[in-house]
Amino acid sequence: MANFYNDNPVLKHHLTHPLMGKIVALKERDFSEADKYDYAPFNFDDAMDSYDKVLDIVGEITGNIIAPNAEDVDHQGPQVIDGHVKYADATSVNLDACRKAGLMGMAMPRRFGGLNFPITPYIMAADIVSRADAGFENLWGLQDCAETIYEFADEEQKKRFITRVCEGETMSMDLTEPDAGSDLQSVMLKATEQPDGTWRLNGVKRFITNGDSDIHLVLARSEDGTKDGRGLSMFIYDKRDGGVTVRRIENKMGIKGSPTCELVYRNAKAELCGSRKLGLIKYVMALMNGARLGIAAQSVGISEAAYREALSYARDRKQFGKAIIEFPAVYEILSVMKAKLEASRSLLYECSRFVDIYKIYDDIAKERPLTPEERKEAKYYSKFADACTPLVKGLGSEYANQNAYDAIQIHGGSGFMKDYACERIYRDARITSIYEGTTQLQVVAAIRHVTTGTYLNLIRTYEAQEIGHTYKPLRDELAKLTATYEECVKKVTEAKDPAYLDFMARRLVEMAGNIIMSHLLILDASRNAELFDASARVYFNLAQAEVTKHADFIGRFNPAETSIYKQA
Amino acid sequence: MSLNIIVLAKQVPDTRNVGKDAMKADGTINRAALPAIFNPEDLNALEQALRLKDANPGSTVTLLTMGLPRAAEIIREAMYRGADTGIVLTDRALGGADTLATSYSLAQAVKKFGNYDIILGGRQAIDGDTAQVGPQIAEKLGIPQVTYAEEILDLKDGKVTVKRRIEGGVETVVAPLPCVVTVNGSAAECRPRNAKRVQKFKYAVSPSEKGNLAPELQALVDARPYLSLQEWSAAYVDADPAQIGLAGSPTKVKAIENVVFTAKESRTLTDDDTQIEDLIKELIVNHTIG
Repeated sequence: MANFYNDNPVLKHHLTHPLMGKIVALKERDFSEADKYDYAPFNFDDAMDSYDKVLDIVGEITGNIIAPNAEDVDHQGPQVIDGHVKYADATSVNLDACRKAGLMGMAMPRRFGGLNFPITPYIMAADIVSRADAGFENLWGLQDCAETIYEFADEEQKKRFITRVCEGETMSMDLTEPDAGSDLQSVMLKATEQPDGTWRLNGVKRFITNGDSDIHLVLARSEDGTKDGRGLSMFIYDKRDGGVTVRRIENKMGIKGSPTCELVYRNAKAELCGSRKLGLIKYVMALMNGARLGIAAQSVGISEAAYREALSYARDRKQFGKAIIEFPAVYEILSVMKAKLEASRSLLYECSRFVDIYKIYDDIAKERPLTPEERKEAKYYSKFADACTPLVKGLGSEYANQNAYDAIQIHGGSGFMKDYACERIYRDARITSIYEGTTQLQVVAAIRHVTTGTYLNLIRTYEAQEIGHTYKPLRDELAKLTATYEECVKKVTEAKDPAYLDFMARRLVEMAGNIIMSHLLILDASRNAELFDASARVYFNLAQAEVTKHADFIGRFNPAETSIYKQA
Repeated sequence: MSLNIIVLAKQVPDTRNVGKDAMKADGTINRAALPAIFNPEDLNALEQALRLKDANPGSTVTLLTMGLPRAAEIIREAMYRGADTGIVLTDRALGGADTLATSYSLAQAVKKFGNYDIILGGRQAIDGDTAQVGPQIAEKLGIPQVTYAEEILDLKDGKVTVKRRIEGGVETVVAPLPCVVTVNGSAAECRPRNAKRVQKFKYAVSPSEKGNLAPELQALVDARPYLSLQEWSAAYVDADPAQIGLAGSPTKVKAIENVVFTAKESRTLTDDDTQIEDLIKELIVNHTIG
C-alpha cells in the first residue's frame, strides 16, 4: 500500500511553512464558511488538517492506482474513434478514482462545489500526481483552466461550468495552431458573432492537450481583419454542443497517456469568456502563469520519480562485490539529483505561496476594496510570483530532464532497455522544458527581473531572515556569490546592447535561480536539518560552481564576439 | 427502494507487510509493531454496500464492528468512503472471543439494530483467516447466507442475485432478503476516501473518544449529530455473559508456531457428507485438528 504523500516528509515540511498561516486566514476569509458548509474549516489547524488528510488521499490513489497503471497507459495510449478520444483503459480508471475521491476543482470556491484549497496544497497534489504518472497530471491538472473561468467569466457562466469541473468534467485550453506556437498573436481560428449573442468557431487547432475535453477554453480571432494579439478573444466551447472533432492524436515521445489532439472546428457554438479583445493580452497571460506553475510541479514530480528509481536501483545493483551506491562516482550523481530535486521543490512552493497571497487578494478585491496596506502587500507578492514562475518552470524543468538523464545513467545498460521505469520518465521529462513556453521563453520572461532587480530584492529578503547558527557560514559564502551575480548583471546591462543582453540572459537567470534556490534550501535546512542539511550543502556547492562558471564566462566575454556565434 | 444495509467490519493488524518484529517471543502477534487497518475484504464488502446505496437512493449503510474502542477508526474510514454511520460493539467482557463468541455477540448487536435488509461482510479477516464469523452470524440470525460473493448483480422484489467465486469458475445464486453476504477479495476494490467527506466526518467520534477532544471540538460534535458514532456494550445488546468473550469461547490456544506452508497436493471433495466426515476423521487421527 504505497502512499506518495506520506512516504515523503519533505512535502509536509513545505505544507507547514510559516506563511501558510496568512494564506489560510485570507483564503478562508477568517473561516467565515464554517457554518455554511459542513466540510469548511473553522480555524487554521482544522484547515491544515484537512489539507493533510486530502493530500493523504492523493498519496494513496497515486501510490496504489495511478503509479501502477503508468506503464499500461504508456503502452496503450489513447485512440481517436469517430472524431473523439478514447483514453487508455487505465487512464479511465485513474480519472474515475480522482472523481470519486473528489479531487477535481480542488482550488475552486465551495459555492461551485470545490474544496476552496489554496494553490499551495493544490500544487502539492500536482507534484504527487506527476511523480506517479506525468502524463496523467495533464488530464487531472487541466482543472486549472477553471481558474480562468473563475477570474474572468460572468457569474452565470461560472455556475454552469465550474460546477461541472468540480463534479469531474475535464478541461482543455485550445491555444496553439499550426502557425501559432510560441507566437500566439498569429492565432487565426475564426470566431463569428451570431444575432443571438453566441459565437461560431471555425478553423483548426493543433497540439491541444486533452483536446476532446468536456469544456474548452479557446483563443480565437473575434475581430475580423486584425492580425495581432489585440484581435483575439477567449471563448468557452462546451462539448455537449458539438462542432469540434479530433482529426488525429499526435504520436509523441513521452506523456503518451495524455492525448495531444488536432482539432477541427466546424461552426462550433461557443460563448465569449470575459471581454472581447482581451483573450491573449490578459486572459492567456493569466492562464499561462497558472499552467507554468503546473508544469513546474510536474517537473518536480518527475525529478522525484527519477531520483527514487535511481536510488533504489543503485542500492540493489551489485558490481565488484558491493552495491553501486557505495561508489563515489554513483553517490555523487545521486546526491546532486536529490539536491536539484529539493532545490526546485523549495522554489516551487515558495512561488506557490507568493501566487496564493496575491491571487487571494485579487479575489478579496472583488468583495470589498483592499486597504492600502493590503494593496501594497498584494503588489509585493504579485511581483515575486511573476518573477519566480518562469524561474521555477524554466530551471525546474531543466532539472527534471537532468535527473531523468542521470536516472538512466545510474541504471547503466539496463536503463537503456524498456524494462525499467526510468526510460518512460526520461521520455516524459523531455516535454517539460518545451510546453507552456520553452526554457528560452521562460528566460525572456525572467530577464526583466534580473535587470530591474526583483531577484536581488528577493535575495535580500532571504538574507534578512533568521537562520540557525550552523548555516551562517554557508550563507556568508552565498553572499559572495550574490556579489558576483551583481557584478555580472552590471557588466551586461551597462553595455546597453539588447542582443548582448539576450545572449547572456540565460546565464544571468540561472545565476539568480541558483542563488535563490540555495537560500531557500538553507532556510529549509534551518527549519529541518534532518531533511535538508545534505541537500542545502550539496546544492550550495553546485550553485557556487555554476555561478562561478557563468561569471567567468561573462567576465571574459567580449560583447563584440557575439557575431562569431551567429548562424545563418 | 431504500435499504438498511449493515456492513460487518474488523480492525486488524496489517499482516500483509510483516517485519521481523511481527511476532512476540511467545508466538502471539505483536500488535504494537503492526499498524491497525481496515480488514481488506471488509472494504470489498463496503464497496458492494455502497453500490447498493448508489442504486437505491435513500439507503443507509451502517458499519458494525466489534473490538477495542479505537475500532471507531474504521467507522470513520468507512464514512470517508460513503458509509452513513457506525456502531462499535466494545466491552471488556467481549475480549478474548473466538469466532463462536464473536458471531454470537455480533448477532446480538444485529438483533438490537433491528430492521435490516442485508448484511455484508468480508469473506475473512487477515488476522485469523477463519471465514467463520459471517456464516455463523447468518446461522444465529436464522437467515440465508451467500459466501464468496464477487458481485451483487441485482437486488429487487425481496431477493438478491449474487455472483459467487467458486473453485474453477463463478456461479450466480439468488437469495431471499434478509441475508448475509460475505464478499471475496476478488470483488471490486473499495472506492477511495472522498475529499469532502473526509473534511465533513473527520471529527466523528464514539462516546469514549469524545472526551479526548478539545472543548471546541466537543461542541462541534454536539452541534452536528452526524458526528456521533454509537458505542454498544455487551449488556446493551442483551448478550448472555456465558456466551461472550473468553467464557463463551471453546477455542483454546494450545501453542502457536511458525510454519512454512508446504502443501504439495490438494484434494477436492464433493459436498457429500460422508466424504467430509472421512476427511475430518483423518485430520483428527493425524493431529492436524483436534
